[in-house]
Amino acid sequence: MKIGRREFLKASVALGGGLALEFSFPLAARAGAGLPPVEVNAWVVIHPDDRVVVRIARSEMGQGTYTALAQLVAEELDCDWARVSSEFASPNEHIRRKRIWGSMSTGGSQGVRSSQDYVRRAGAAARVMLINAAAARWKVPAAECAAERGVISHGPSRRRLRYGEVAAEAAKLEPPKDVVLRDPKDWKIAGKPMHRFDIPDKVMGKPVFAVDVVLPGMLHASLAQCPVFGGRLKSVDAATAEKMRGVKKVVREADFVAVIADSWWRADQALKALKIEWDAGANGGASTASIMAMLRDGLADPKLPQARKLGDAGAALAAAAKVIEAEYSSPYLNHATMEPQTCTAWLKPEGFLEVWTATQNGEASLAAAAETAGLPPEKVEVHKMMLGGGFGRRGGPQDFVRQGVMIAKAMPGTPVKMMWSRAEDMQHGFYRPASVVRMKAGVDAAGNLVALQTRIACPSILKVLMPDALNKEGIDFSAVRTFSDMPYTVPHQQVDYAMRNGHVPVGFWRAPGQQNAFYRECFIDELAIAAGRDPLEYRLAMLKPGDKNRLVLEAAAKAAGWGTPLPAGVHRGLAVADGFGSFAAMVAEVSVSARGEVKVRRIVVAIDSGYVVNPDTCRAQAESNVVFGLGSILYQENTVKDGRITESNFHDFRLPQMSEMPRVETLLVPSGGFWGGHGEPAILPLTPAVCNAIFAATGKRIRSLPLTHHDLSRA
Amino acid sequence: MLTLNVNGKLHQVDVEPDMPLLWVLRDHLGLPGTKYGCGVGVCGSCTVQVDGAAVRSCAMPASAAAGRKVVTIEGLGKGGVHRLQQAWIEHEVPQCGYCQTGMIMSAAALLEKKPDPTDAEIDQALSNLCRCGSYSRVREAIHAVAGQPPSADAAKKG
Ligand code: FES
Ligand code: FES
Repeated sequence: MKIGRREFLKASVALGGGLALEFSFPLAARAGAGLPPVEVNAWVVIHPDDRVVVRIARSEMGQGTYTALAQLVAEELDCDWARVSSEFASPNEHIRRKRIWGSMSTGGSQGVRSSQDYVRRAGAAARVMLINAAAARWKVPAAECAAERGVISHGPSRRRLRYGEVAAEAAKLEPPKDVVLRDPKDWKIAGKPMHRFDIPDKVMGKPVFAVDVVLPGMLHASLAQCPVFGGRLKSVDAATAEKMRGVKKVVREADFVAVIADSWWRADQALKALKIEWDAGANGGASTASIMAMLRDGLADPKLPQARKLGDAGAALAAAAKVIEAEYSSPYLNHATMEPQTCTAWLKPEGFLEVWTATQNGEASLAAAAETAGLPPEKVEVHKMMLGGGFGRRGGPQDFVRQGVMIAKAMPGTPVKMMWSRAEDMQHGFYRPASVVRMKAGVDAAGNLVALQTRIACPSILKVLMPDALNKEGIDFSAVRTFSDMPYTVPHQQVDYAMRNGHVPVGFWRAPGQQNAFYRECFIDELAIAAGRDPLEYRLAMLKPGDKNRLVLEAAAKAAGWGTPLPAGVHRGLAVADGFGSFAAMVAEVSVSARGEVKVRRIVVAIDSGYVVNPDTCRAQAESNVVFGLGSILYQENTVKDGRITESNFHDFRLPQMSEMPRVETLLVPSGGFWGGHGEPAILPLTPAVCNAIFAATGKRIRSLPLTHHDLSRA
Repeated sequence: MLTLNVNGKLHQVDVEPDMPLLWVLRDHLGLPGTKYGCGVGVCGSCTVQVDGAAVRSCAMPASAAAGRKVVTIEGLGKGGVHRLQQAWIEHEVPQCGYCQTGMIMSAAALLEKKPDPTDAEIDQALSNLCRCGSYSRVREAIHAVAGQPPSADAAKKG
């Protein structure tokens, strides 16, 4: 499906023009030297001066997809990397062109791995079309022509043409039916640590984020949502607020109130002056204790669906030389993106809605905006801004877009920028589910694991956000992963799943299901210790030769010097887990002071993602996962009281600081043949590696988090 | 009316004296590089320099900034690229980037006082929070420019 160039240009002007925005993108909308850029295909836009703009459908939240996908396209296109830039594909155009860019969803570490095939093909197809166009101009067989670094040459006659000179002709040609992709071992642009495109603007403080949007006559909004999930607005006394400086309107919706004013601070001050009465509804009595009781109750359910059944775990447990049992648990956790949820919406007089937001799925934002506005999707555009963090918060749930549009509907014709306060953001998340897991292991006389029975009680993310993705027994893979697909060769395995949902909204928090890696890998450590065996050797004995979990485990252990002496007071722990297409193993070095303070000193992580498109970005993601996970080990939790989240800001939901940052050594060990992700895998082994090291240091087994609940001091 | 000196320019702003400097910068002076992260002085995303010291602009009323020299990320390089910004680019420090302008402003204030800080001094001076975990690269980038004479500021034009 291709649209004509004229239509494309018209669309670009309509979307990019006439706005008081000073973004450094989209670039394609700005013609170079008076001549328009040419869309060779949906991904590749070439300017007459040879600049190449690659359209990116996925979002950029610091994970580097905005650049990595361009590397893959440019690799196949074979152009001059110094002249490549990216721009976001327009969600509106995406809809009108029958979803030409594939998926816009940016989660599950999918950005590169799920689009690598079609974006590489797009780059290769564009190269073929450029060669064909040059060959046609020269009236020579295309087979006599070659392209390299943005120049097509005809060997026999030594003629040369630049891509920019033939792009317009190339765009008119039929795309090739099939293309040959480069062998990754021949890559010149992909696989290299290219600088990310988005960094310079971010460092200079340019307005690239959703909170930075400025439009003519724009107003600002701050909102208060019902503190109890599922509750409603009862009444608002706005008499004082309405008289406050700059206030334009108080918007009352079913479960939130917003104030619109001429600056965000004024809106927020007026919001605080509102007298709001909420109807808490049925959930006003819920607490962390009642939720944990609900989960434990789930564990006692005799009729649970099974996420895995190998052999006969019940019989094997009965016959085992020894049975070891443990219960582990985890709290709710907020994403706490540094940029709070934000949406600017502008309902234009001609019946067109424009939205600027930080979204992990531009298409989903567009659908939510259209539905809320009651407009057909073609009448809506979503401008995808750089995200000030995502971590899964801004994909499935589009609550902020719906609210932004509702608020703008109260001010038709005027753009309104809604931004949540930090407290709203902390208390209205889609939290990493709290969960409780009971594991029962049957071991033989030598301590080998022969049977593992796991019962998991955990709210389902999919049930709310993607009900079609539940399997036919109603099992949510994100709740059972790491157990349901455990690589250890244990003959008898049973995994039971108790879906207990509660009223707290749950969502995809970086590496959904990552808490199961904590449970499994710490419990395996318990079994190794009980058997008097080395935790590394114990795991390797259960991993088949060639299993990639084994390979990363060996790589991490070797690099960390597993088994070699450590400085006094430093202790090691290790763990391995796979997910999001990749395999990750980690060795943590930890010390625990006499007062019980835990210091994570060094992390060695080995990751096999099959291929690596940008090694520097992949390393940055490993570092990111370590810090993100570290906060959840040390002190983060979201607790529930009277149906609401208690924490309100970074003083009671702490983030690690510079001084807590361990040294992270990342080993990229891509073994080829598959495409794995990097945004999440490294967080999987972190918690268990650290907690296993804490055990080595203190003899205390951490079975629940955060550590603030445990006294590790040596009395 | 308040008179504010921001990035070397005088601005007359008609705002409440208790409006935090952060919001004057963002919503009234069109300087969005300074970010809101917590609004309560904890995260450091809103860091600017006031008379050369790193200040959390969400916690400083506009009236307290009057008559003092305010520098934001937009003015740090004096029209060019500050050496710290250059180092941030070279070391690929930012991930999402949201906290980074505050991080750079804190680092710049530190380097004015301590041209060649140790890790411990960096840890102490930069209590800024980064949800993405860019900390090791922040340290690397600071060390990379530390010891360079201040005249290198704004030497490289953007
Ligand atoms: S916004 Fe000022 S310290 Fe967080
Ligand atoms: S780079 Fe994202 S919060 Fe620091």
